[in-house]
Order: sequence, then structure tokens, then C-alpha cells
Amino acid sequence: MTALQIDTLDVWFGDGYDRVDAVKGASFAVAEGESFGLVGESGSGKSTILRAITGLAPAWSGSIIVEGMALTGRKRNRAFYKTVQMVFQDPYASLHPRHTVDQVLSETLTLHGLTDIDTRVMKLLDDVGLGGKFRFRYPHQLSGGQRQRVAIARALAGEPDILLLDEPTSALDVSVQAEILNLLTDLRDEHGLTYLMVSHDLAVIGHMCDRLAVMKEGEIVEVMTADTLRQNNAQHPYSRELLNASIVA
Amino acid sequence: MTLLDVENLWVKFPTRQGVFDAVRGVSFTLGKERLGIVGESGSGKSMTGRAILRLIRKPGIVEADRIALEGRNLLDLSEREMRAVRGQQISMIMQDPKFSLNPVMRVGDQLMEAYLLHNNTSKAQARAKSIDMLNAVSIRDAERVMRAYPHEVSGGMGQRIMIAMMLIPDPKILIADEPTSALDVSVQRQVLDIMDGLVKERGMGLIFISHDLNLVSEFCDRVLIMYAGRIVEVCDAGKLHEAQHPYTRGLLNSLPRLDQPRKYLDVLARDESWADAPSVGGQA
Repeated sequence: MTALQIDTLDVWFGDGYDRVDAVKGASFAVAEGESFGLVGESGSGKSTILRAITGLAPAWSGSIIVEGMALTGRKRNRAFYKTVQMVFQDPYASLHPRHTVDQVLSETLTLHGLTDIDTRVMKLLDDVGLGGKFRFRYPHQLSGGQRQRVAIARALAGEPDILLLDEPTSALDVSVQAEILNLLTDLRDEHGLTYLMVSHDLAVIGHMCDRLAVMKEGEIVEVMTADTLRQNNAQHPYSRELLNASIVA
Repeated sequence: MTLLDVENLWVKFPTRQGVFDAVRGVSFTLGKERLGIVGESGSGKSMTGRAILRLIRKPGIVEADRIALEGRNLLDLSEREMRAVRGQQISMIMQDPKFSLNPVMRVGDQLMEAYLLHNNTSKAQARAKSIDMLNAVSIRDAERVMRAYPHEVSGGMGQRIMIAMMLIPDPKILIADEPTSALDVSVQRQVLDIMDGLVKERGMGLIFISHDLNLVSEFCDRVLIMYAGRIVEVCDAGKLHEAQHPYTRGLLNSLPRLDQPRKYLDVLARDESWADAPSVGGQA
């Protein structure tokens, strides 16, 4: 079954003379339980696709179908947020500095209309490998990796099926990146999640994803499997260029 | 020839819980080479770079037996003399051009200011020199960039402008603190190539601070690996993948690799003893 289907998606900012086409005619489908990667340099529109799905982009056309529901405009209903959640790039900016971990998670749980919040908060913290002693800490008392774990716990609060990951490890050290990627691998197995992951790091995408799309200037230039990527069989000249720039000598 | 000789460098921050040592007894020398310093965040690599220029703010304390620039101990200089060293002799490129350029000043004026401050010349000459430098860092339409404000240029171009600005006074040593981590992979290459060319051409010494092991192994001649304020290992950049220290090995193994797919990445298992072991000397 298809978890996420995107057809001829256009996203633009501004209008008239100032109009910038950030995404041009992007189409791809992500199967349930699959991990799909989007790679490209900054400004190629990869994050914009995620923002369009969650309703954070101002204007878009085309079709986005999430588990059979067709999305329209910028409004998203409750069922959508129960299905799709997003983890942002910068754990330093995506947590409220004056809310404790407990406040962050219980507020999210309340908004999802869940009960039994106390045990759920503990469960979430255990799931992301933090444990109870982090419950009443403020973001500034946590390291970057721990903050990203809280952000992941927050995304998991509504028990979604699909996680949108916007460069979840690019602000972290390589050693911490390994921990977070392992955590994401575990969570995917435990909760049967579908990932749509954005990164500029081909090695990270190759490690996490089954298939990936290479983006350039708002267009998807190539969709391939991770195996194709590993065997260095990318077809499009731009994918090859990107691959050459990131391969270890 | 040794350009810079650092002996037993400590950087300390007094806190309510006692003195925190960010850098603990680091020694190394720098010749006309590209020296990489790698480590995780908090390992003291940036502090080492800043301490050389005495840019650690109060209440931070810099202590060292010697920080000698061509035989002259920088620790003995007055703040006034130090200002003549900064920029003229040793320049520093910071991580993010967005925060390092003045947002309300045109790029050209900032470049010229740097030059006019240190040289007694005419504006026209400063302008010519600035345009030369922009060309040197492969900015094609230098005239337009001179008139632009920092928000009107891309990240890669901003970083190249920073490099141009640092190179105008023709320093002997360039300290680059994560110069490319705010940039894309493809732009990263361009910026590194430009720096590489300039370092070779002018015979400068380069200290390249980064958390990216692959980048450093490719780009530098020699690498110092820092952990908890100390140097745990020194090796030739080309042989970084044969590094011995468990910390270096752990960092290398935690990187995802396209040619070796696996379900889980190795997680770095930290050992208390790494932090306690004495610092390895980084003399050439």
C-alpha cells in the first residue's frame, strides 16, 4: 500500500515578478514501511516538499495523497497530524527554551486528545532512550543529541505512521549522528514507520533509505534505489557529480 | 620552517563549580603546511584556534609556556601590539559568513575597510586590491558583489568573501574554524579548492579546524585529533584511516558508508582513560 503519493507537485513563493518556483513538477510515491530519501544541495527544494506536505508552504498545486486522503490548501485536519509528523533539522531551535521536556511532551499528547499522559510521557522517553531523569530538564540542560531525541519523542507522541525527517542529524557530531540514526532504525522496526528523509549527505541517505530521489533546482532529476547508488550506477550527470563529491577517497 | 610553536596551552573558565579546563596542555607546531584539528563539539578545537589569537573573552584564561609566532611570544604582547598581529600576521575565518559579515554595510566597503585600516593608501587602491582578491576567490562579477549587501549573496559566496577579506593583509597563518560546515557538499569543494590554491601559492600555514574526518583526511597534510581538551593522536592525513587510537577509530567507524551497508552504525564507546591520558605532542 502506498503511504504517500505525490504527483506533479509545484510549490512557489511570492507571486508576479517575485515568484520563485521552489519545487517544479515533483512526483514520487512512498510505500508503507519504506524509507525514501530526498537529496540535493540547499535551495533544491527538498525541504520545501516536506513543508508542502505538512501545510507549511504558502502555495502549492498538484496532488498529495497521504494514506488515501487527498490534501488541499494549507489546512490539515486532526487525522493528518495523527498520521504524519515531522522532525526538524535544528534541535536547538525546534524546542521551546522555557518549556521542560515534560511540558513539551504532555502538551503534544494533550493536543492529540490522548489520556493517561503521565505514563505516556515516560513511555516516550524510554522509547527514545532518554529515561525518566531527563523528564524535568529544560532544553539548555540537554546536549544536541538529547534534544534531537526529545524532538523525535514529540513527533512520536501521536503515534504517527509516517515521519518526515528534515536533516535530522546535520547539526550533530558524527558519533551522535550514529546514535540517532540507530535510534531511527529501531523505531522504524518497532512502530512500523514510513520515513521520508531529507539530507544533503548521500552516505546518510544510503544508510537509512531504500530508495531516493535526487533534486536539482526544484526538479527531481533521478529516482533510484539505494543499491543503484552504492554500485555507483547513478545515471543523471548531476547525481554522479553529487556522488563524486561525497565519496571517500 | 616553524611558523607557529605552541607549548603547553591551557584554556580555563572559572565557573561556580570550579575551574573548567577547555584545553588542557596542548603542544604543537605549524610550518608551511595544512594542519587539521578534528574532534567532536566540546573537544576544545575551536578554543585552541581562538587562544592562539588571544580571542578568548573574559573570564576565560589562556595560559601557555609559549605561543610563538616566528620566535615572538604572543603572550608577552600588549593588546595594542596584538591588534597588529590579528589580521596582518594571523587571520581567522569563522564558521558562518552570515554572522561574521556586517549586515548593514556593503561587501565592498567591508573589504576596503579591512585594507585601509592596515595600510596607508588611497581608496582607489584599496578598491582595486579588493576586486583583485574577489577575483582570486573565483567570484566572477566582483563589481556587482562589491555593491551588494551580505544578505544578497549566497552562503558559498559569503564564505568566499570572508576568505578574500582575511587574505587582503596577506597573513602568514590562516586559522579556518569550520569554514565549510555551513555550506553544501558541492560548494564545499569549491571553497576548499580556493583555500588550497591560495595556501600553496602564498606559502601560508593553515590551521583547519573541522569535525569532518573525511574532509580533513583529504584536505590536510597532518591531523591532530582532540578529545576532552587534549590531543589524543597525531597522524599524517593520508593515513588517518589507519589511525590507532580507539577514539579516532570510533569516530571513523560511526560514519555511514555507501560501500559498506549495515543495519546499525557503530556507536562510540567512550573510555574514561582517554580524557586522563597526557596530551600527545603535535610537533612536526
